Amino acid sequence: MKKTLLATAIVAAMTTSALAGEEVKVGVILGFTGPIESLTPDMAASAELAFKEASASGQLLGGKTIKPIRKDSTCIDAAVATANAEALITAEGVAAIFGADCSGVTGAIANNVAVPNGVVMISPSATSPGLSTIKDNGFFFRTAPSDARQGQVLASVLQRRGIKDVAVTFTNNDYGKGLANSFANAFKAVGGKVSISAAHEDGKADYSAEVGALAATGSKYLAVFGYLDQGGKGIIQASIDAGAFSDFILADGMIGESLTKHFGKDLNGAIGTVPGGKTEGAQVFATMADKSGIKKDGPYVGESYDAGALLALAMQAAGSANRSGIQTNLMKIANAPGTKIGPGEIAKGLKVLASGGDVDYVGATNVEFNKVGEVLGSFKELEVKNGKFETIKIH
Amino acid sequence: MDILNALVLLFNYVIVPSVAYGSQLALGALGVTLVYGTLRFANFAHGELMAFGAMITILCTWWLQSLGVSIAPLPTALLALGPAIAVTVAIVLITDRTIYRFYREKRSAPAIYIIASIGVMFVMNGLIRFIIGPGDRAFGDGQRYIIKARDFRDMTGLSEGLGIKTSQGITVLVTLFLVAALFWFLQKTRTGKSMRAYADNRDLALLSGINPERVVMYSWIITAVLATIAGALYGLDKSFKPFTYLQLLLPLFAAAIVGGIGKPVGAIVGGFVIAFSEVTITYPYKKFLTYLMPEGMQPSGLVQLLSTDYKFAVSFIILVIVLMVRPTGIMKGKTV
Repeated sequence: MKKTLLATAIVAAMTTSALAGEEVKVGVILGFTGPIESLTPDMAASAELAFKEASASGQLLGGKTIKPIRKDSTCIDAAVATANAEALITAEGVAAIFGADCSGVTGAIANNVAVPNGVVMISPSATSPGLSTIKDNGFFFRTAPSDARQGQVLASVLQRRGIKDVAVTFTNNDYGKGLANSFANAFKAVGGKVSISAAHEDGKADYSAEVGALAATGSKYLAVFGYLDQGGKGIIQASIDAGAFSDFILADGMIGESLTKHFGKDLNGAIGTVPGGKTEGAQVFATMADKSGIKKDGPYVGESYDAGALLALAMQAAGSANRSGIQTNLMKIANAPGTKIGPGEIAKGLKVLASGGDVDYVGATNVEFNKVGEVLGSFKELEVKNGKFETIKIH
Repeated sequence: MDILNALVLLFNYVIVPSVAYGSQLALGALGVTLVYGTLRFANFAHGELMAFGAMITILCTWWLQSLGVSIAPLPTALLALGPAIAVTVAIVLITDRTIYRFYREKRSAPAIYIIASIGVMFVMNGLIRFIIGPGDRAFGDGQRYIIKARDFRDMTGLSEGLGIKTSQGITVLVTLFLVAALFWFLQKTRTGKSMRAYADNRDLALLSGINPERVVMYSWIITAVLATIAGALYGLDKSFKPFTYLQLLLPLFAAAIVGGIGKPVGAIVGGFVIAFSEVTITYPYKKFLTYLMPEGMQPSGLVQLLSTDYKFAVSFIILVIVLMVRPTGIMKGKTV
């Protein structure tokens, strides 16, 4: 009796057998406690919405259902997060992991648990550029673009506009530094020159000295990677007061109505980028989220749904809920070529795959993975015209 | 032409901002030095006092603006200074009655006063954030610039612009007026003389019949007036955010000590010394030298002694050097 129990447990844990009506366990590891505990319930609900959709279709692996197992990542405590991920993989025997959320714990789980055990991990919200270069053997994916991406988009926007020489000031934290670095590298690669890259502290009353240093370089354009209600605003104010700069380049932290309201026409001609950009899929997903009681404009909910849908489709493409099968198929179902699959069309995708076809999952956030398994994301290019931000195009 | 350009550049980025900043520091440091002279302690709550005065000025300005009162092209805040000073004087006298007088009667050591003033600082800081919130508050109106940098460029045909803000002009004029008035008061009036006597030798002053409580009261009133005006001007010129006044404490103390604590002239000299050092040491001279140096010898680096991140470190370094080399300060004040 004991032996049979153990054997069944092992079989269930491996989830290799393909009996109809069986459950496939997927780990959902998010910070249900800790600094982002107010965001994670909606993110988990979005992923589970995708799982439910796949299960309810009856198409998944000949009628299997996905059972999400929630665990806490705490967002900040890497030790707890890795222990919980370990439990998911060894005790629960999950086929794949959805999560984690914050970049620090995500890196810890990927390096210590998921990759060594050969389990696919797909994060909807970890954006640190550092995660692009971890040794993941192709097991780590993310549906949120890396922070480094914006720097590249901004650099290509400037290149297209023929801007060659830029002074950069950034807020003195990981966000500002990361963005300034990625922008500088990308801008140099397209032949631009960053004359100075200087940090500024937030919360000071006066930024005239900082602006003096930036202006001494003789650059015509000033890129401000800061916050619109903090030092970034102070830098622009001091630049206008001293007549040092009148052409600004702004990153997402600087985009907001309060900035244009404060400076009005003095800001005319400023160029900026901000992640997002309404795609068709985003609107479809918004109505779906509304119906399920999920905050549709909450951060990373679309990314969460897409991550869940990708896992379900990858299983289907592999023909079984096999851990390495999911890994080998994830990239294929996310990228072209294939039938385009939007949000709410998981059943259609499963059907296409079952009949031997190929799908290209687009989802709520326009998913397209690059070589290292992260999405490029879409960014809006903005320009201030007549004292207002206007969208020029979507990248 | 190049020499003119270099000069204008220096004026725009170094001299004009330093003069305005120095004036604000001088007014603040005068308050610190007056309290030190008569009450014999370093008032850590002075930065918050400036913030408090600025806050009341802002509230009055908003009220006046809502009534439609305006003295354009000057900022309405100048009108609001009157009631703001009255409120700040009241709060300072209340603090003295309820807190400092207790220690004065017990003849407590200066260290105890300092701790008490740190307590006052925290309470006042909380009060300010409670009333006006921790965020940025804009209250400037009227004409923003005396000369706009772009207009200056167009007018003179130079490639460098010189921008002077109305708030900078007002700061300098008001400081000149206040300093003159203060010195007249200290030198010529009976009360001023008794204050100086009390500061120089307390026992002798008491023997000659000077009422100590009156001297203390006058010092507080003058301190409150100076703090309110300095705080409001700083907020008008830069921006009002409650936390920035806490950061001002270091340059303020540095200015008072460098000039010679207890000496009003010293506070003014100290204020300008600190302001000019902060700006000149962190300013990159690349463009300036590019104008002056012959072709081919122009610097490729920024020619910046210290990054602007270290602005506050400059006042700290000066403070340490003065305390080591000449502890009494430039004007031979008291030893700290």
